[in-house]
Amino acid sequence: MIFLKLIVTNLRRHAVRSLLSMAGIAFSVAAMLTVVTILQGAVRMFSGILSSNSQMIVFERDVSDLFFSSVPNAAVRRIAAMPMVAHADPVLFGIVSSASHPIITCFGVTPEDSRLRDATWIAGNRGDFTATSDGVVLGQRAAEFLNAKMGETVPIGHSSFRVIGILKTPNGFEDGGVFMPLAAAQEFFHKNGASSVITVKLRSKDDIPAFKKLVQSTDPDLIALKNQEFSRTYSQFKILKATAWAVGGCGLLLGGMGVANTMIMSVFTRIREIAILRANGFSHLQVGGIVLGESAIVSGIGAAVGLLVGASLLLILKNIAALDGYIDATMHPLVLLAVVALALLTGIAGALYPAFYAMRIRAVEALRFE
Amino acid sequence: MSSQRFAKDGVALRARDVWKSYDHGAITVLRGVDLEVPAGHTTALCGASGCGKSTLLHLLGGLDTCDRGTIEINGAEVQREADRLRLLRHEIGFVFQLHNLIPDLTLAENCLIPTVASGMERRAAHARLAELAHRTGLSDRLNHRIQKLSGGERQRTALCRALMNKPRLLLADEPTGSLDERTSAMVFDLLLEMAASEGVTLLMATHDRALAARCDRLVEMHDGMIHEFAPAR
Repeated sequence: MIFLKLIVTNLRRHAVRSLLSMAGIAFSVAAMLTVVTILQGAVRMFSGILSSNSQMIVFERDVSDLFFSSVPNAAVRRIAAMPMVAHADPVLFGIVSSASHPIITCFGVTPEDSRLRDATWIAGNRGDFTATSDGVVLGQRAAEFLNAKMGETVPIGHSSFRVIGILKTPNGFEDGGVFMPLAAAQEFFHKNGASSVITVKLRSKDDIPAFKKLVQSTDPDLIALKNQEFSRTYSQFKILKATAWAVGGCGLLLGGMGVANTMIMSVFTRIREIAILRANGFSHLQVGGIVLGESAIVSGIGAAVGLLVGASLLLILKNIAALDGYIDATMHPLVLLAVVALALLTGIAGALYPAFYAMRIRAVEALRFE
Repeated sequence: MSSQRFAKDGVALRARDVWKSYDHGAITVLRGVDLEVPAGHTTALCGASGCGKSTLLHLLGGLDTCDRGTIEINGAEVQREADRLRLLRHEIGFVFQLHNLIPDLTLAENCLIPTVASGMERRAAHARLAELAHRTGLSDRLNHRIQKLSGGERQRTALCRALMNKPRLLLADEPTGSLDERTSAMVFDLLLEMAASEGVTLLMATHDRALAARCDRLVEMHDGMIHEFAPAR
């Protein structure tokens, strides 16, 4: 109890400094939580597009980005005809732009594609998807920001298209995207006879190894991966995740420096007090424990406040109309745990030198200290 | 007073050829101090300011290390790191000229600090505190912060704190040096009374001859050396 009082007393003695340190950690934690959650959400959304009603994804081997992947129509036909395949949906990804929106994701799909099948059609119907060569279906968000209504013509990229349907999907990228018939997309993006990927649903999960082997033998230029395997190994996702943690880590590093500064000042201002403790039998470890305890409390409270701020920030971002559907604010428990653990570790690491300094204070010299 | 609290040879503290210098030997403060303090006695260490009294007390109490020589307290070597902490926790109590209390803590919390270090059981620590506070007349001040206490009360608090772990040796460095004459006499009376009732060996640095004369023994220190022992009364 007295030990805890010794820790808390010093925090209360320099309340403003302690609060500033806690704020530093809190903002770092909030930043890390927000950035990591948003980017992981984005990765999940993109994975969601790829794994829509499928287990496997087939794409060109050794491409760094799926937008550069080229899967020939012949391969699509071969894979769709494989006995273990329930259905195979070719998708061509492209980026288009409009006057108001520089980046709009475009999906070249077949009418049977689950993205169209499972979406809620607000206007138009799936049966008309390939009825005309210049028709596109817009996600609800895309229709809003393009200010396009059913039957109107919208300029997209270097061409104009007629809106033949508007659909609502829970995926932000899809909801803000443009769906074109696969053949029209291939022509528009100058990728005649090719798709970016094939999403495949197998009749049985037990067929996954056999399917992989078969794809490798029939189309050695392609690779078939389980959706989870793809999410884990796709370099773009890895870069995004690493960037998120790096940005958050930098924030925490700054927070940790704040804690280190506070703890050093804390030790300097209580040298005499530490000497009194030493003269009363406190060991080096007990003295170090007080400094580390202070830091743990600062980091702990900072982390708790940071989690609250981060969660609130995510909630606010999620409810901003312009970002509707793009922010997946689901906080993964492991991310929460990792952020809190990192905050505590950073705080304690920041207090290591001050603790070491405090442990080395010689009682006799410090008692003379005014 | 219980005789089992004393070392077998009746010597509570033994210093042999203790040297201490500062600034890499430029300032030599202690020059081969030899000192024996009999167990259960009160000993005054007298001498002019700067003669090395405080330095010697710090060395004897394990707060500092000597350049040369040995210091034993009840048979244990203070300068040996392994023994130093145990001695500080269980065998030695310190009273400083400036009370050296932590101002943001209450009287009770200050007194309980040594019991945190020694690991004394909480209930026992509070019982001991109540007992000492009663004997030093501080019972009604236990929850007061140090800033609210008078100089005399602060020094009595420091005395309580020093005795919390039932030490066998009490080292007091000018314990009344910062008090007025009347309070000084009162605190000194209490110091002697508590030392006697607790069976503690007392070694007190002072330059107040009148106070020193009330101790069992007087040790004169001059220029970093012990010059004479004399029975004070």
